[in-house]
Amino acid sequence: MKNYTSFKSIKEDIAKGEISCEALTHGYIQNIKNSKTNSFLEIFETTALEQAKLIDVKITNKTAGKLAGMVIGIKDNICYKGHKVSGASKILEGFESIYSATVVEKLLAEDAIIIGRLNCDEFAMGGSNENSAYGNVLNPLDNTKVPGGSSGGSAAAVKEGLCIAALGSDTGGSIRQPASFCGLVGYKPTYGRVSRYGLLAYASSFDQIGPLTHNVEDAALITEVIAGIDAYDSTSSSEEVENYSQKLDNLQGEKLKIAYLTDCFSSDGLDTEIKTKTLAVIEGLKEKGHTVEGVDFPLLDYVVPNYYILTTAEASSNLSRYDGARYGYRSPKAVDLESTYKFSRTEGFGIEVKRRIMIGTFVLSAGYYDAYYTKGLKVRNIIKTKTEEIFKNYDFIILPTTPTTAFDIDGIKDPIAMYLQDIFTVHANLAGIPAISLPLGHHSNGMPFGVQIMAKSFDDAQLLAFSNEMLKRD
Amino acid sequence: MKINDTIVDKIANLSKLSFSGKEKEAIKSDMSKMLDFVGKLEEVNTDGIEPLIHMTKEVNVLRLDVSEPMVSQQEALKNAPKKDSTYFKIPKVLSK
Repeated sequence: MKNYTSFKSIKEDIAKGEISCEALTHGYIQNIKNSKTNSFLEIFETTALEQAKLIDVKITNKTAGKLAGMVIGIKDNICYKGHKVSGASKILEGFESIYSATVVEKLLAEDAIIIGRLNCDEFAMGGSNENSAYGNVLNPLDNTKVPGGSSGGSAAAVKEGLCIAALGSDTGGSIRQPASFCGLVGYKPTYGRVSRYGLLAYASSFDQIGPLTHNVEDAALITEVIAGIDAYDSTSSSEEVENYSQKLDNLQGEKLKIAYLTDCFSSDGLDTEIKTKTLAVIEGLKEKGHTVEGVDFPLLDYVVPNYYILTTAEASSNLSRYDGARYGYRSPKAVDLESTYKFSRTEGFGIEVKRRIMIGTFVLSAGYYDAYYTKGLKVRNIIKTKTEEIFKNYDFIILPTTPTTAFDIDGIKDPIAMYLQDIFTVHANLAGIPAISLPLGHHSNGMPFGVQIMAKSFDDAQLLAFSNEMLKRD
Repeated sequence: MKINDTIVDKIANLSKLSFSGKEKEAIKSDMSKMLDFVGKLEEVNTDGIEPLIHMTKEVNVLRLDVSEPMVSQQEALKNAPKKDSTYFKIPKVLSK
């Protein structure tokens, strides 16, 4: 099988009769079986092949949906009825979904083929995929490096050619950071644009599902399919979903106003080469006639602390459902109610998840609630307001996705140093705005890095169109 | 902020987690470091700022108060660690 890097080329080959969905699916299954990166936790071999055969018939009958021929992997925190989902946690080992996430229903309705579930950090908590109960994922570009996280399996699988696209989830950068580390497009839509129904909840006011792909066109197509209001998620937006994939040329020839955050570029942790090359991208935009100006964002030092107060609080509440009673792991040491909870949770969760539950419980506990949690909600309000103010004068904000390229496996041991990896990505989740990482950077160390663009809420179509222009330029 | 044994025990109990020995020392130290780190927010002046509670503009998302079948009893029991035909089975809650 060819090494496809766009859905368009797959569709062309299907139209020419050069490949069928069944052959394509077989090809990807073989690629997964040959892979050494540990990206996939499970291949949905039977259902994927059944689906492929069905779609081949639909293609012949000209009744196929717009994702016919798209072989897609889903992060292991997205439910697919009758299939296992574990959040890469031991506590859900063996758990089988009894319903499908809305995004899965929508993908299937457009005839996508869901090929399997992808490794990630446990319950999406991490930035390196080293927190999975089922082992590290290796970066396909250099197996000594992490693929990023938490959607590390999603990024590694697409880059390695194990599927043409993948769904990830992004709470503080978990789609964009692995996209940056693996040289892909990673897109976090506006908060509320995509239903979270059937996504294992981590921090519900931050979580958003989105695609990891080779190009903007595929990201736009997947997003327009999965987006939309959903009766099962009351935070899903009633704003009309645009046909993003049809609007990718909308900004052609337009002169735009773009802000870059000066504080990001003077940030201590930023690799000098990433800084220089991102500034060169900015110069390139100016040469094309866009207005690009530096804007101060003195809140940069507070975004990561703000993010960790609020997400751990939400996580401590969301993860209380894993109690060893109705589903999931139950400790053999459970002899009464208390020991059922305590032993099952203590044995079932990994250390990073426990750390976050403890911090979250602390910031919500009596006596500390106002000083930490309420304070966090207030600072989030300031960050959101300040960000909206920037968008009154500018169409987009440009900044790096990650301070470094993919780091060594076991390279970052201190939890706080790991949290600071999120410094450029959590901003979008705090403000609820859409953000994308584009594979524009090539470091002299051989690894890729992303350039990040953020837009105002529900400017998803414009953001994707601008991203498309940016990548064309490269 | 320094996390001592009393605090870690209390929070662990609220979290329904337990830590002992080396793990307890590690979580104490991690929590102290993390709380110092997030405590940086104190520097931000939030006088007169309201806490941000809702991330979307959607208000009063309502539905008709009509029941519909969602999950069958059999499905609900499917992933239970222990069950009989109609019940989740858990260890005894009340002792004699």
